Amino acid sequence: MTDNVMIRVEHLLKDYGTGRPAVNDISFDVRAGEVLGFLGPNGAGKTTTMKILTSFLAPTAGRAEVAGYDVYSQSLEARRRIGYLPEDTPLYHDMTVLEYLHFVADVRGLPKSSRNARMKRVVEQVGIPDRLGMLIGELSKGYRQRVGLAQAILHEPEVLILDEPTSGLDPNQIAEIRQVIKEIGREKTVIFSTHILGEVQATCSRVIIISDGKLVADGTPDELTGRKTGTNTVLVEVAVASNKHDPLELIRRVDGVLAAELVPVGSATARMYRVTAEGGQDPRGDIARVIATVDGLDLLQLTPERASLEAVFRRLTTTSTASSDQAPLAAAGGM
Amino acid sequence: MQNVMAICKREFSSYFNSPIAYLVVTVYLVLSGALFFSTLFIEGQADMRQFFGLAPLLFFIITPFLTMRLLAEERAQGTLELLLTMPITDWEVVLGKFLASVGLVSVLLFLTLAFPISVAEIGPLDKGATVAAYIGMLLMCATYAAIGLMSSSFTKNQIVAALIALFIGFGLFIIGQMVQLMPSWLAPFCNAISIHTRFQNIARGVIDTRDVVYYLSMIFGCLLVAQTTLESRRWR
Repeated sequence: MTDNVMIRVEHLLKDYGTGRPAVNDISFDVRAGEVLGFLGPNGAGKTTTMKILTSFLAPTAGRAEVAGYDVYSQSLEARRRIGYLPEDTPLYHDMTVLEYLHFVADVRGLPKSSRNARMKRVVEQVGIPDRLGMLIGELSKGYRQRVGLAQAILHEPEVLILDEPTSGLDPNQIAEIRQVIKEIGREKTVIFSTHILGEVQATCSRVIIISDGKLVADGTPDELTGRKTGTNTVLVEVAVASNKHDPLELIRRVDGVLAAELVPVGSATARMYRVTAEGGQDPRGDIARVIATVDGLDLLQLTPERASLEAVFRRLTTTSTASSDQAPLAAAGGM
Repeated sequence: MQNVMAICKREFSSYFNSPIAYLVVTVYLVLSGALFFSTLFIEGQADMRQFFGLAPLLFFIITPFLTMRLLAEERAQGTLELLLTMPITDWEVVLGKFLASVGLVSVLLFLTLAFPISVAEIGPLDKGATVAAYIGMLLMCATYAAIGLMSSSFTKNQIVAALIALFIGFGLFIIGQMVQLMPSWLAPFCNAISIHTRFQNIARGVIDTRDVVYYLSMIFGCLLVAQTTLESRRWR
């Protein structure tokens, strides 16, 4: 019994024949009701994985299941249960929104009796009831994206697969699309790829990071940012008027501080330190008092530092792509 | 079958959204009309031979322009990916698109009915031969459409698709024209695969099973190649 595992990926491998697999032995499960963020630099294999899950491409080795159906040998059954929005929202520009949705309903085999009610609901959910008569080619990118989403959720799929659903949109549109994804994610299993890290923290209940075709992290956003690892990091900035006292020495003597190091900031008078303290202890009060009592030292800044998802992302994806010619995040293109 | 109809309906109506279809249909009607009627009045004979004689030549030139976008455009725009990840088989996609192009060609042939009707007004028209020739034209056009669809599956560039189809169509046309120049052992073979010769058989008023089977197997073969081309993404 698969109980509530909606997507099961086992040792998936895809080699386009270049000798360097685009997807290299990836395994993960997604449960019903999870919103999974699929993170990775461009060219990491996100799109390839999604194309295999939607049966567009076949894996070189390994297998994948959606809702209990093998995406290769039971492809039609799996596809019936998937809603998919590929990268760049490919739609027929010469059709009106309504014509297009009717076409999708035809191909998806939506029963005529419930079709109109369902269409009305979807159109409202993605916010396009006033655009139905317009040609898709005349819509703005944000609206096209909504039509793409409408197309993907029209048949009430159990699994929704979205490839960079917010790329190229303005911040307002991104917020709106995210809202729609969140809403859908309450009932359905959603897997979406992105390289915008804030998006993951805002929408996902779970994150998978892949780099260079390999799975490098899998967990909740909180787990990945290390909020549960038990240490506390604080950034301290001090203005130094005289060299009588070294602030570093003073900070190290504060109760609960495990380590402190200088962070170069390029200023002659100010110095920045990264201070790590024991978990559960907030050293900020003590540090402030120590600095304040010393002549010639002024406290400028005292900020708690949390390992951001971005830092985690950079750390995980830089080491494994260091050997390749691609810089993570900066690499242009995609799949 | 429901899926095939959905594809066919979308494809057929999108013909009427594009200027190419209107343009091609107009060019065909004007060209064939002008060439036909000019000689009709010179000869003063109420027959359609001139029109049916031109049909194979004109159709292998115009059908590629009607079929070039069928799969190439979907590939270029990326919509093919969305289509093929829906619960629909590659064969249904190919068949739906083929039927849509045959539908458009049927509209075109329907419009040309104006020619035999006007000839029948002038003098006695061999109705049996005309009906047979129309059936032959439909089969021939469907074959050209299947060739065009197959060419369109090879590339994402519509122009390339049209040129491949033109090239194949020209080959199958010219091979029938050159039968007299061929060595005698090769001639029967050339006659057998020539679209042109087959059509002339039918246009004489004799619908022979062999000719019909020839067209149907050409169509089936091309559609199979198109389907295989679509499917090949899964082997790479």
